[in-house]
Amino acid sequence: MTEFLSPVLGWLPQTIQFLIVTLIQIGIIILGVTLAVAYLTYAERKVIGYMQVRLGPNRVGPKGLLQPIADVVKLMFKEIITPAVANRVIFYAAPIIILLAAYVAWAVIPFDDGWVIADVNAGLLYVLAVGAAGVYGVILAGWASNSKYALLGGMRSAAHKVAYELAMGFALVGVLMASNSLNLGEIVRGQSGSILHWYWLPLLPMFAVYFISGVAETNRAPFDIAEGESEIVAGFHVEYSGMGFALFMLAEYANMILISALTALLFLGGWLSPFQGTFLEPAFALVPGIVWFLLKIAFLLFLFLWFRATFPRYRYDQIMRLGWKVFIPVTVLWIFVEGVFVYFKLGPWFS
Amino acid sequence: MNAIKQFFKTWFLWELWLGMSVTGRYFFGRKFTVRYPEEKTPISPRFRGLHALRRYANGEERCIACKLCEAVCPALAITIESEVRDDGTRRTTRYDIDLFKCIYCGFCEEACPVDSIVETRIFEYHFENRGEQIMTKDKLLAIGDTYEAQIAADRAADARYR
Repeated sequence: MTEFLSPVLGWLPQTIQFLIVTLIQIGIIILGVTLAVAYLTYAERKVIGYMQVRLGPNRVGPKGLLQPIADVVKLMFKEIITPAVANRVIFYAAPIIILLAAYVAWAVIPFDDGWVIADVNAGLLYVLAVGAAGVYGVILAGWASNSKYALLGGMRSAAHKVAYELAMGFALVGVLMASNSLNLGEIVRGQSGSILHWYWLPLLPMFAVYFISGVAETNRAPFDIAEGESEIVAGFHVEYSGMGFALFMLAEYANMILISALTALLFLGGWLSPFQGTFLEPAFALVPGIVWFLLKIAFLLFLFLWFRATFPRYRYDQIMRLGWKVFIPVTVLWIFVEGVFVYFKLGPWFS
Repeated sequence: MNAIKQFFKTWFLWELWLGMSVTGRYFFGRKFTVRYPEEKTPISPRFRGLHALRRYANGEERCIACKLCEAVCPALAITIESEVRDDGTRRTTRYDIDLFKCIYCGFCEEACPVDSIVETRIFEYHFENRGEQIMTKDKLLAIGDTYEAQIAADRAADARYR
């Protein structure tokens, strides 16, 4: 990026050059993620429609491709209603907080070898911290609405996010032990070798726990009790309308993409080609790493939609049981096993 | 043995995979959606849509103002007023059907001794102003005149079963 722009910006001082380049990168990512969110909603409606033997949106534009744009226009022109008893400041801050948390984490995501805005060494910690900040948005939205359904939704969400964040954290500890690094780029490089060296296989239970917890973290079916439209209407965002509601939707889908991106980085080898180490490697040598990365994200997102089309919603106590009594013991156990393997340099992966 | 089987089923998420395979199969299956304005489903000759009043081939209206339809109508949607013409025949001066009251049960059509009031295949209609939902005699006769060919064909197709 800096090399591309150096003929144009070369005369500027180093700091300002850096600032401009970073701002451009941020703009590209924000634009890209927002567009991806728009078309993820389209993909979701299409995929779920197809799984329910119907066609999904097909009226706006060819094959319904302009549907997300129509939706955005509709949401922008809708009236924004503030409940009379709501805490106005927090009421409007909540969707912004949740959206910020969903976008900010992208700063440390490497799209290809070295294609990252901030190559921080504590990238994994940063992602965890920012991910946890998103919970505040949900709880504040539920509380500031001053409505019983919103409050119930916010409380449910707080409880299950805490439960699943622990499991996710433990799963990340597993990755950390295997890769000896907190830098996301280093973690991906640590997986190079072949598809069997990606951490999904040596850390299979962690992979499952991380991805399922990710589905729970993003309030997606079958863990969407925070919305629970059949019991508490729409949960924490029941009082939001127009763009306020749109921001929550945007954040939810941006979080889905983020979780998919993280899963791809931590367990599916990020930008690494799946044909590495096989006879097909030269044939696909020209494909840039970002393509593999995006394909992996797309695959994981498809899984998200597939889950939603398949599974009925968990009951509240079942969610708590799964989080506290199943996932955390499983991850702790696997961390112990992995620790033994790493310490004694056993096995094909940890030697 | 059963416990071991159950253990593996639980931890390998076996039932969840089964569920996903079902939705996965349907993902590639044939879709049943009818793209409505472009595609339409076939309509039975017995379809009960918008009403019409028919005429005989010589142009005389069939309705003899017997008021059987008015009597049988469960929704009280039909209002009839009649007179005796100069030639001694009895005809309606007013024949109104309130389509907001009508439940499209088809009893009027069954009650009619001269096959005058019928329900056609037309179902794509709307009203834009208050009062337009009252189908007057003129409107009903006009619909009958326009669609007579189809109405007659539908009656003929269904005659065997009546």
